[in-house]
Amino acid sequence: MLWNTLLLALREIRRNMLRSVLTILGIVIGVAAVIVMVTLGDGATRQVTQQIESLGTNLLMIRVGQRMGPGQQSNAPSFGVDDAVAIRRDVSAARAVAPSASTSLTAIAGNRSWSTTVTGTDNAYFDVRNWELESGRFFSTGDLHGGRAVCVIGATTRRELFGAMDPIDQKIRLKSMACQVVGLLRAKGQSTMGMDQDDLALIPLRTFQRRIAGNQDVTLIQVSVRDGESTEEATKELERLMRERRNILPSEEDDFSVRDMKEITNMLTGTTRVLTALLTAVAAVSLLVGGIGIMNIMLVSVTERTREIGIRLAIGALEREVLLQFLVEAVVLSSLGGILGILLALGASVGLTRLLNVPFVFNGGIVLIAFFFSAAVGVIFGYFPARRAARLDPIEALRRE
Amino acid sequence: MSAVEGALTAVDTAPLIELRQVSRIYGAGLTEVRALDGVDLRIREGEFVAVMGPSGSGKSTAMNILGCLDTPTLGSYRFLGVAVETLDRNQRALLRRHYLGFVFQGFNLLNRTSALENVELPLIYRRSPRAERHALAREALAMVGLAGWEHHTPGELSGGQQQRVAIARALVTAPSLLLADEPTGNLDTARSHEIMDLLTGLNRERGITVLMVTHEADMAAYAHRVIHFLDGRVADAAPSGASA
Repeated sequence: MLWNTLLLALREIRRNMLRSVLTILGIVIGVAAVIVMVTLGDGATRQVTQQIESLGTNLLMIRVGQRMGPGQQSNAPSFGVDDAVAIRRDVSAARAVAPSASTSLTAIAGNRSWSTTVTGTDNAYFDVRNWELESGRFFSTGDLHGGRAVCVIGATTRRELFGAMDPIDQKIRLKSMACQVVGLLRAKGQSTMGMDQDDLALIPLRTFQRRIAGNQDVTLIQVSVRDGESTEEATKELERLMRERRNILPSEEDDFSVRDMKEITNMLTGTTRVLTALLTAVAAVSLLVGGIGIMNIMLVSVTERTREIGIRLAIGALEREVLLQFLVEAVVLSSLGGILGILLALGASVGLTRLLNVPFVFNGGIVLIAFFFSAAVGVIFGYFPARRAARLDPIEALRRE
Repeated sequence: MSAVEGALTAVDTAPLIELRQVSRIYGAGLTEVRALDGVDLRIREGEFVAVMGPSGSGKSTAMNILGCLDTPTLGSYRFLGVAVETLDRNQRALLRRHYLGFVFQGFNLLNRTSALENVELPLIYRRSPRAERHALAREALAMVGLAGWEHHTPGELSGGQQQRVAIARALVTAPSLLLADEPTGNLDTARSHEIMDLLTGLNRERGITVLMVTHEADMAAYAHRVIHFLDGRVADAAPSGASA
């Protein structure tokens, strides 16, 4: 009986092809919108997580001053190399400690120039920021201790200065310093804030201090925490150590800040999640509207097919059999809408994620939920018209033209 | 079974249909309309009865009650010994499903549905297995002379053919009673007589009790007896001369 009812429903839908398609359009769009929103949201979250992970996991960043906003100058003293040494020695949870100082400079190679960020640091930097070499080498001990004019450049800097040419052993000029390229970093791609991570040039810290900055300042110390160690504990330990080293009285505020990348990750993914939920809720409203569309058409269908219902009732169909017939029809309609919506959503998601440069994350759960929700829409909005059909008086129904 | 034997068994058995003082009243108080007013009627198995009367005489109301589509306001209707007025909507639907066949003036076939599927419809509600359904429906269509037309939709069939499909649909379940509401009302004379021959044949050869409403005296003449309705009452129940 149910199989027959199903076939009957499919035949009825095929008979009114155009109308059926228009009816389920609401559901199609609703389901597609929900899935696309969730997929894009998942993709964005994944991207944020990936990009922050590419900065280095368990990364703590110690800067001078509190909450450095734009235009906010801190007059707190800078760090020195000895701070990094102290951290390496005293904070047991620290796996690698990279002191650095950077500035924006125009780099020149041959007749090309490119404005990039030049950072003076040591080999720990590559470790904490998860950099890998594309070709060449990192700094040698001699480079670091002797303050030699060598540099490791990122993919963007290489492209802008050398094009497709092999940059290793080429010279670039930074300010008045001619420096030899010894390493090329593997490209990481765009960062979360739309910043290009690959747009950089790294030189030994001592070289930076002597030849570019002209002082002994270290403006940023990056610490990667050992796996299994808590970043919260490490943060506290770092704060204690730095307060002690900088002679800050217990009554005074910190004149430096320790930022946990994990916190930033959580904050950013949290924001994307909230946005995703919001957009999904908006999309879900269109599912509801689609359901009302189905109810509307089913009511029209019941009115149109009054005579048919009369015939069925006269022949001996029970109320619940007529109810089931129309309910199944509504559910089949809305489920078809759901399936079409899912197909549309998958196509659109693949296209949109590619367009927006977000990873495509297939979320089977939301596809299932969307499908069952669309079927449920059919049950909920099909019930009223179906009940109306089932309760028709066969005598009246047969009289209707 | 011959007509004589049919008549004999009809005498011996309890009536298939028995109306006792049946009234059907619409509205109440001043607007009260008595569509049926104390009707007594008995029809035995194997009979072919024609119901005649002007419009508004109550014959349609009577047919609706006899067809278990409606229930009497007063009085009792026994069908196969069952008091129909005590049954609810679904029980009456089951009664129709298993014992009744309907033929309407307007054919009332499902549009855009093949003749075979139309005839199969009552069997679907009876949960007949697919193969049996096909076989019975083909047999019924052959019986009404429509072998080879199984896959035509009503739109592709003439009025006479459509009514044959409707008759096939009514008899495919081998009902105890075939109710025909002006079955020839929409057909020309030649087609009408073909349909009447068909009904007469079904009544005689298969012993199906036929109750037919008609306006036309020459159609009523096919019946064993004619019941005249007038103002909600049975005027007389004289045997018709033609086929008795």
